[in-house]
Amino acid sequence: MNISKLLNNRSFKSVSASIIVILLGLMVGYLILLISNPRQATDGFIIILKGGFNGGLRGVGNMLHNSMPIILTGLSVGFAFKTGLFNIGASGQFILGAFAAIYIGVRWTFIPIEFLWIVALFGSIVAGALWGAISGILKAYRNVNEVITSIMLNYIGMYLVNFLVVNTVFDLTRNQSISPIRAYLPRAGMNILFPFSSVNVGFIIAVVVAILMYIILEKTTFGFELKAVGYNREASRYAGINEKKSIILSMMIAGALAGLGGGLLYLSSTGKHIEVVDILASEGFNGIPVALLGLSNPLGIIFAGLFVGHMNMGGFYMQRLRFVPEVIDIMIAIIIYFSALSLAFKSFIETMARKLRGKTL
Amino acid sequence: MTLSTFYFLVQQTMFYSIPLLIVAIGGMYSERSGVVNIALEGTMIIGAFVSLFFMNQMQATMSGQSLLILSMLVAVGTGMLLSFFHAYASINFKANQVISGTALNLFAPAFAIFTARMLNGVQQVTFLNTYRITEVPLLSKIPILGDLLFKNTYITTYVGFVILAIATIVLYKTRFGLRLRACGEHPQAADSAGINVRKMRYIGVLISGALAGLGGLVLMVPVTTAFDGQVGGYGFLALAVLIFGQWRPGRILFAAFFFGLMKTISAAYTGIPFLLSLGIPSYLFKMTPYLATIIILTFTSKKSAAPKAAGEPYDPGKR
Repeated sequence: MNISKLLNNRSFKSVSASIIVILLGLMVGYLILLISNPRQATDGFIIILKGGFNGGLRGVGNMLHNSMPIILTGLSVGFAFKTGLFNIGASGQFILGAFAAIYIGVRWTFIPIEFLWIVALFGSIVAGALWGAISGILKAYRNVNEVITSIMLNYIGMYLVNFLVVNTVFDLTRNQSISPIRAYLPRAGMNILFPFSSVNVGFIIAVVVAILMYIILEKTTFGFELKAVGYNREASRYAGINEKKSIILSMMIAGALAGLGGGLLYLSSTGKHIEVVDILASEGFNGIPVALLGLSNPLGIIFAGLFVGHMNMGGFYMQRLRFVPEVIDIMIAIIIYFSALSLAFKSFIETMARKLRGKTL
Repeated sequence: MTLSTFYFLVQQTMFYSIPLLIVAIGGMYSERSGVVNIALEGTMIIGAFVSLFFMNQMQATMSGQSLLILSMLVAVGTGMLLSFFHAYASINFKANQVISGTALNLFAPAFAIFTARMLNGVQQVTFLNTYRITEVPLLSKIPILGDLLFKNTYITTYVGFVILAIATIVLYKTRFGLRLRACGEHPQAADSAGINVRKMRYIGVLISGALAGLGGLVLMVPVTTAFDGQVGGYGFLALAVLIFGQWRPGRILFAAFFFGLMKTISAAYTGIPFLLSLGIPSYLFKMTPYLATIIILTFTSKKSAAPKAAGEPYDPGKR
């Protein structure tokens, strides 16, 4: 492929734009470190760049594990974006999925132990999908803005799960949910690849699901219909698509993805429990930047999730030098801001190029 | 229910409702001009953080209402500064407004916590509350109304009502308001009538930033003395109040108070013998404000009055 062809290639353009934007964000981060502690700024910055690798194979394994839930909530938000919906409710769907998985893992003792984790994960998918469906149904039939319902459902979900945990799977002494020991996810060899780390089959599932979502969105009629409704509801109805059904299904799939994320994280044998406190699950909100960085493309979201996970591990190890890990969030925020600008800039250049071409013809 | 519990409930409702009112009115200016500002949450955080930090530094030399007013100005300025970035991206670059808003929502709490820990060593910004007005002279003597509005209050409450009154007049009775609304409904038509769409949108977004920044401070002052780098989702709730209020000042007032009252009941129901005697689990009470909002919207959303061009970058070629 010669260079001019390469420069005109669309995916090459977006990848190179993303890299420039990331470099800009890293530079601003370095500046912040320089201002706050000039002597150790360079060392701190190197730790950020190394991310999970600071901790060797164990660090990399933990990085993969940390990326897993945000890949799934990122997929949830990104999938909704692709179908023209803004799912800000991944937090609620995530925690309902987590509860369903824990409940089944702890209480459904009649299921053989080999299958329990699989059943529990299905439970988390169903719970998330049902929670997402509420927003979808209200949007489709009553024209209620999905942004509001999903914000409200985040809070309702949080209180509901606290209530359910206390009444069904409560560890009174620790004020949290009981560990679903029988349903812990298998390690699937990941513990041999990354000794002593938290990573398990969940990461593999997240990647497989992302590829599956890519195929559904890009290669099937079903995915095409969902996207078409997102672009233009009226035109889709005219083309014979059942647009109400599409909206509900989109929200259900988005909810299922977030719910699965909750199930996978809370079935990991890492001591993660639902604590009975009035705080929304942050994993849901962290999915929004991941989806945006990945340009809502499921494959892009895998890399975006890994990138954010990598940076967060860097932030974790950076505390050795007494730096505050929030600098990572600042850097990611700046990267997202610049990417908003770069997207707009790209479409501006494309319009200009089209206009110029039109004139010469 | 005794009369004093009723007064207490109303006073508490104010603490929840007034910030929602102020921030939702801010969001209204922005959306009416055609720019969706989901960065209200982040703007509240940054406004609260900088102004409370200012308070923290100044309280050795100042106190009382003059310090509060100065801090309010700081909050307004900070909010405008942050929202400038949103305006720049959405207006100059025609960027996706959700992306730019999300970036600011991510930036604000991280910046607040990072700066607080770097400067003070701890995440919390503490301040002394010397702003409570036990009784407003004369006005508190009015029967009933005096107890409701002029006792155990803060000047921020009155500021909220003034902002509401100004918003109503500006939006419906001034040339500026008409132009602002035109930019949010049909910017191409507004442009052809000689209105500077970009300028109007800048003004709309900057006002939303100013009010959201102020709302952050107003939310924190009565309810805490240590700011923790977060406003508990109030920016998103204000967005919900804005939509619930159908982008109109009067209805926003109603929505903000409805939500504030629900929130108060859910927080203070143990003090109301009647509600306590029902024996409903506390979780259900805590859900009520959110559940009630959804139910009401289910029956009122069929016709949405959203500004038609909100969220779309202005493209003069699209006439």
